[in-house]
Amino acid sequence: MRKILIATTAIMASSVAAMAEGTLNLYNWGNYTNPELLEKFTKETGIDVTVTDYDSNTTALAKVEAGGSGFDLVVPSHNYIPIYVGKGLLAELDHSRLSNIGNIADEWADVPWDPNRAHSIPWQWGSTGIAVNTKAYSGDPHTSDIFLDPPEELVGKVNVVPEMSDVMAMAIFNVGGEACTEDLEVLRKVRDKLMAAKPSWLSMDYGTTDKLSSGDYVASVNWNGSTMRARINNPDVVYGYPKEGYPLFMDSVALLADANNVDEAYQFLDFIMVPENAAMISNFARYANGIAGSEPFMPDEMKTAPEIVTPAEHADAGRFLPTCPPSATELYTSIWTELLK
Amino acid sequence: MSGGAHGRSKGLNGWLLSLPALVLLFVAASGPLLIVAVYSFLEKGDYSGVRWIFSGDAWFRVLFEKDIFDGTVSLADANLSIFWRSVKLSLATTFITFVLGLPTAWFIATRAAKARAIWLFLITIPFWTNLLIRTFAIMEVIRNQGLLNTALINLGVISEPIQILYTDTAVLIGMAYVYLPLMVLPLFAAIDRFDMRLIEAGYDLYASRWLILRRIILPIIKPGIVAGCILVFVPSLGAYVTPRVLGGGKNMMIGNFIELQFGQGQNWPLGAALSMVLLIVVMGALLLYTRVSSRDDPHG
Amino acid sequence: MGKRRFDVTTLPGFTFIAITAFVLLYAPIFTLVIYSFNGGNSVNVWGGFSLKWYAIAAQNEAVQSAAIRSVIIAVSASGIATTVATMAALGTTRRGRFKGQTAIYIMINQPLMVPEIVTAVALLIFFSSIKIATGYTGLGYLILAHAAFCVPFAYLPIRARLEGMDMTMETAAADLYASPWQTFRYVTLPLLMPGVIAGAMLAFVISLDDVIITEFVKSAGQDTLPTYMLGQLRRALTPEVNAISTVLLALTVVILTAFFLITRKRD
Repeated sequence: MRKILIATTAIMASSVAAMAEGTLNLYNWGNYTNPELLEKFTKETGIDVTVTDYDSNTTALAKVEAGGSGFDLVVPSHNYIPIYVGKGLLAELDHSRLSNIGNIADEWADVPWDPNRAHSIPWQWGSTGIAVNTKAYSGDPHTSDIFLDPPEELVGKVNVVPEMSDVMAMAIFNVGGEACTEDLEVLRKVRDKLMAAKPSWLSMDYGTTDKLSSGDYVASVNWNGSTMRARINNPDVVYGYPKEGYPLFMDSVALLADANNVDEAYQFLDFIMVPENAAMISNFARYANGIAGSEPFMPDEMKTAPEIVTPAEHADAGRFLPTCPPSATELYTSIWTELLK
Repeated sequence: MSGGAHGRSKGLNGWLLSLPALVLLFVAASGPLLIVAVYSFLEKGDYSGVRWIFSGDAWFRVLFEKDIFDGTVSLADANLSIFWRSVKLSLATTFITFVLGLPTAWFIATRAAKARAIWLFLITIPFWTNLLIRTFAIMEVIRNQGLLNTALINLGVISEPIQILYTDTAVLIGMAYVYLPLMVLPLFAAIDRFDMRLIEAGYDLYASRWLILRRIILPIIKPGIVAGCILVFVPSLGAYVTPRVLGGGKNMMIGNFIELQFGQGQNWPLGAALSMVLLIVVMGALLLYTRVSSRDDPHG
Repeated sequence: MGKRRFDVTTLPGFTFIAITAFVLLYAPIFTLVIYSFNGGNSVNVWGGFSLKWYAIAAQNEAVQSAAIRSVIIAVSASGIATTVATMAALGTTRRGRFKGQTAIYIMINQPLMVPEIVTAVALLIFFSSIKIATGYTGLGYLILAHAAFCVPFAYLPIRARLEGMDMTMETAAADLYASPWQTFRYVTLPLLMPGVIAGAMLAFVISLDDVIITEFVKSAGQDTLPTYMLGQLRRALTPEVNAISTVLLALTVVILTAFFLITRKRD
């Protein structure tokens, strides 16, 4: 009881002390930050890290844009970085304060969505593909037809995660279009394809790791890290990289323009670029990070996982989704609404 | 405040007593909602928010839709079908919670005074666990390998699991579950002051039980019924989590549709306009109700 | 009660339906508690009996403080909401119609009428500007927001109780020279109590459950149990939340039992 009282007082008092020295406020996706990583950081630097969760890029953007919530670091997906930058919400990074900046793997050191890493440091990256239970379907898993034109044995059994941009992108790739296309001929095919496919879907839901493990879902549009977790529980689950094209994402840590704890934030950014520490991020959430030399610190099951280490023959089909212009989003929302009305 | 107060002082007292609630609501609910009302008349901003330029676009889009392929303008039947689905489901939810809730509230109100508080708490305890985890627990009961199907198969009632999860039935089960206490508690509050001697009098006059229920009990506990129905029907119109998780999210309810505009759809003005429409419709219905009910209200 | 007699308060089928309702209410809770003892990593795949999630939850300060924060907010918000709702209910019933009564009624019920996301966005914009202007980012905003949307949930049951409540007792008290306060304290309030309890419990539960408004209003480090879980939803929920929920349930039951025993002794 006393412990609860102490904790209670601490919670009531802590809100006042948010700007005290040696603290850092990280605003990150839920269940995405390894607590051991934070402990290690606190032990090395004496800085206390408070993590606050969000569940979507749009919520995070709305809150950061409104301001005043006291966050220092945020972890948007790659295609949201240009939006944050365009709205002036991020501080440009002073690379001279980041001694480990050279640890970023070459392929991630200069990326289209953040030239020269001026605003963000890699956190984790992965792909959106297809998870299939081989007991229910033994054919080729490497195609988005599994949800857009399901084989007979999967009709009525497919789950689709309710992510508009991912699902739209996969459907556009499936009919041969480019991401963010506004070509109405392509979009008409996309719409027809989705409308025809929807009756064969079981559901549009998250929580795929559990339901793939338990066999409730035998096929689903899913993320690679989640599929790996499901496969560890249930060896029948395989991950498919659709040959028509599949979206890649990279969540990156960025410093907010109105951060209160800038020095602490730099220390944290530098800290997570140490290979050993970057590996801790991956070991927790099961996605690859972008730091060279972190693999030796990962367990074997991750080093060889076919979901994490993209097989060479499937690598080319993966594409980072660019930031779609509002006019494209408007078209996609119309199709999405028609699909779900 | 007893019988003597009349006329203007009555109204003054009424306003004064309601003032704290009104101030609280104005600061932290209705007042900020004015921002949303204003937003519905602005242009949408890039990726989020609004641009401070007047536009009737959002309101146009509430009523009409422009086909993105051939540019024809027609009545927005997507909006309409989403709205209609929400109304149907909310009505069904209200009906189920009433059928289950009235006997439950009655049962609680007719216990001995001490036990009553315990039963009342028993109704709310399941709701001390969070909505999401509760929804997942319901899912656990009704899914194909879940409690219900396993039990039915073991009992030999069925041989194959019944697909309940991701159907409208699942949504109804979930909504009825979530909203049941909102029906039971106001009903209890009304039944608890019901004078049981009235029933006795009814029996003495040879009334049937059905007649007693309809002619004596229901009219007297009507305020509780109304409160319960409002508390269930109105919030379930905007329900969001339950339809998405248990219904499988393949068909939107109005809550999901509005959320889409503020989220991935990046169209805040449209979200704002849609919610204003919902607000106006519900307000209108409530207003109509108070008008109609004040006509036959003996205290009016 | 020694004599067997016809119980007028029993209506056919009512007890059966009531018991069924209780069973239905507790079936999911039962599975929830069971899975808190799951040795596996999932909330719906059984992996043997284990206490590991309790151990993990006991180690996890984030989830503990989120749980405590939820309770703090719910207690404060339902307290405020019930107080102002009781006053408003007294102000708007049983004193005859007055100008603006319907307006008050509509205004009080307004939070019910829009989906949470709308209030959430409105509050985000409004509170953020206050946060920036004042620099205060404490729990006050969350308590205020929760108190506001809890008002109708407290108001309607109290009003349902008040409506048609007999006024003779109060008139009698006034005739005996009781002050308005005494009349309220010793006559009206006890009569009103079941409604107040029902309203307060609803407000408490509604606040404890809120996720979207909280998600938009919270400042750094102010996750509640629901927002903590919402953040996990997209990835995977673990039985850790079942363990936390079970502890909360157990605490509730213990407090209730104690309360029951104490009040029984006093009689």
